[in-house]
Amino acid sequence: MYRIEFNRLRFLVIDDNAHMRRIVRTLLHGYGAREVYEAEDGAAGLEAFTSYTPDIVITDWAMPIFDGLELTSMIRQPGANANPYVPIIMLTGHSEKRRVIEARDSGVTEFLCKPISARALYQRILNVVVNPRPFIKTKTFFGPDRRRNVNPNYVGPERRKGGKAEVIKAQPLLEKLRAPT
Amino acid sequence: MSKSKSDATVTAFHDHDVIVPKKNLKSFAQKVTADETEFDWEAIERAEAALNELSPEFDGWMISECDRLEAARKLLTTGGLSKGTTQVLFRAAHDIKGEGTTFGFPLAARIADSLCRLVFHTAKPAALPLDLIDSHVAAIRAVVRENVRGEDDPVACELADHLRVLTDNFLKDQHKDDPDWLAEYGTPSIVPE
Repeated sequence: MYRIEFNRLRFLVIDDNAHMRRIVRTLLHGYGAREVYEAEDGAAGLEAFTSYTPDIVITDWAMPIFDGLELTSMIRQPGANANPYVPIIMLTGHSEKRRVIEARDSGVTEFLCKPISARALYQRILNVVVNPRPFIKTKTFFGPDRRRNVNPNYVGPERRKGGKAEVIKAQPLLEKLRAPT
Repeated sequence: MSKSKSDATVTAFHDHDVIVPKKNLKSFAQKVTADETEFDWEAIERAEAALNELSPEFDGWMISECDRLEAARKLLTTGGLSKGTTQVLFRAAHDIKGEGTTFGFPLAARIADSLCRLVFHTAKPAALPLDLIDSHVAAIRAVVRENVRGEDDPVACELADHLRVLTDNFLKDQHKDDPDWLAEYGTPSIVPE
């Protein structure tokens, strides 16, 4: 078991709903956090991100001015701000598969669906603290590695080129079917 | 080949870079037992207790969210059915969907989810059925007014299910010529709990 030193971590909570900000703040203080900053929209969130340099950002998706997705894209600009690698936890009522993939592709580190619970939020924070993922930069993406695990049983073309895992030979499906079981 | 930037180690490949930031948050965690998957339940229980202390506020907050939803509905009449006015309604419903369960009204959250679907998936604001929106708004208000907590009140459950069926039928009719939408609509969430 890991014990997180919440009292040393600095959080930024961005949500246009004051009730939800209060709930998240209450949970964070309950874990033991002391430094919790708040912002009520994406623009104020970006300003607070620059001013307070938080260790972890918790943001809503749907917000006025610019939303959590746009905020994430702005934070994930290499060289544009002090910490483009900051863990971003998206806390949202959106739960559709398409939305989750969109959030992942914008550079979100963890996705958490409302209704919020003390356990689920803790689990996301634990993950970003204890299991940091490397960042991947391509022409079209900059963010935490979208591959959380290496699947040893994967057969098929390797989309990332260069390096050791350039191509993994795919076993033709027909051959696979003919193989004795 | 790896090279070190001031804040990260970068390994370049043909079409991508792998970047390992020098700063990570591991130093903020201490391993206290061998089982790495075990949670610090004391911290979670403290947070639950803190939320419980806040809970006397929730009834008032839920009422104010219902007021907001009703004001957003009135805006559709005074401001007309536009992208702007329907977005205001969507946000109000979306907040109840997200908070309703925390505030003790999971059936209000379920009805708000149905209303969010209705607004979000109706491509043209002018096509939104106002009577169905009104039924959702009134149902959410009734759940709160009648203090229906939990998820097993038979009347409220039937109402929530009925509104969801009406919403699904309306949306499926709206998208009847869009096989991609029909295939994707209603697919289960992939978000882990």
